[in-house]
Amino acid sequence: MPHDLPDHPHAHLPPDPALRVKALETILTAKGLVDPAALEEIIDTYQNRIGPQNGARVVARAWRDPAFKAALLADADPVLAELGYYGRQGEHMVVVENTPQRHNMIVCTLCSCYPWPLLGIPPGWYKSDAYRARAVREPRKVLAEFGVALPPETAVRVWDSTAEVRYLVLPMRPKGTEGLDEAALAALVSRDSMIGTALPAAPGQAQP
Amino acid sequence: MSSCAEVSAPEPVFAEPWHAQVFALTVHLNEAGRFSWADWVQRFSATLKRHGLNRDLDGGEDYFRAWLETLESYLAEDGAVAPAEAEQMRKRWEEAYLTTPHGAPVHLPE
Repeated sequence: MPHDLPDHPHAHLPPDPALRVKALETILTAKGLVDPAALEEIIDTYQNRIGPQNGARVVARAWRDPAFKAALLADADPVLAELGYYGRQGEHMVVVENTPQRHNMIVCTLCSCYPWPLLGIPPGWYKSDAYRARAVREPRKVLAEFGVALPPETAVRVWDSTAEVRYLVLPMRPKGTEGLDEAALAALVSRDSMIGTALPAAPGQAQP
Repeated sequence: MSSCAEVSAPEPVFAEPWHAQVFALTVHLNEAGRFSWADWVQRFSATLKRHGLNRDLDGGEDYFRAWLETLESYLAEDGAVAPAEAEQMRKRWEEAYLTTPHGAPVHLPE
């Protein structure tokens, strides 16, 4: 019986894991180990306030401001901290630049380490065994499946993230974007282009 | 090059509310100093590896099930939440849902 019928006798029973999470939360709260307001804040932050728009802003700024870009590539942490983007788990951020000679791509073969402050929560495919195993073994093939075809002279470098170090790809600035301001540039920068599984959109092209 | 025809609704950050809850719980416990993130990653990675031995994990529901299992065993091991305690509380919640009229907020019985 659908659960939204008015005569349904009881509340919709959540799935087993949801009940187990509730159980942990109730017990930990009762023991004073968890503050429910802090949980709300974390969920709100990752659901609504942190996302790829943060990373896109950083990329757009790096494209326009050579000093900013140099500082970002040399030591990203202080530059990002100044913008309010810092790892809550104390991890270091490393920004890797795409060039005609080298395309960068990030993965986490351990689990799903990811630059949360800049990109938010990773998409399902980033966490899948298929991507985690194959990105290292056959990056060009994986890139092709994402629709990215690189010239043969471009090498692919795969960066394996850890609990301590998270990477962000700085994509190459698309041609024909000379007159664009930071916001217009940021609109070209997709999440996947900062993971390295896509290229930035050309100007005038809609972001998928 | 792809056209704008493939513009679609953005994927939700968390597919299920409990995914968000177990994530937040873990981040909060880490920030409160209960465990280091490196420790967490090591344990979670071991769970994923074990789960992935027989089949390929798709990074969705199975990922968060592994996450929850890791958190439960971590809390059991450090003494914060014993497995029996967790199971008893899960049953109380289940009971609360089954005895609360549809549409009413669900609370644990006193």
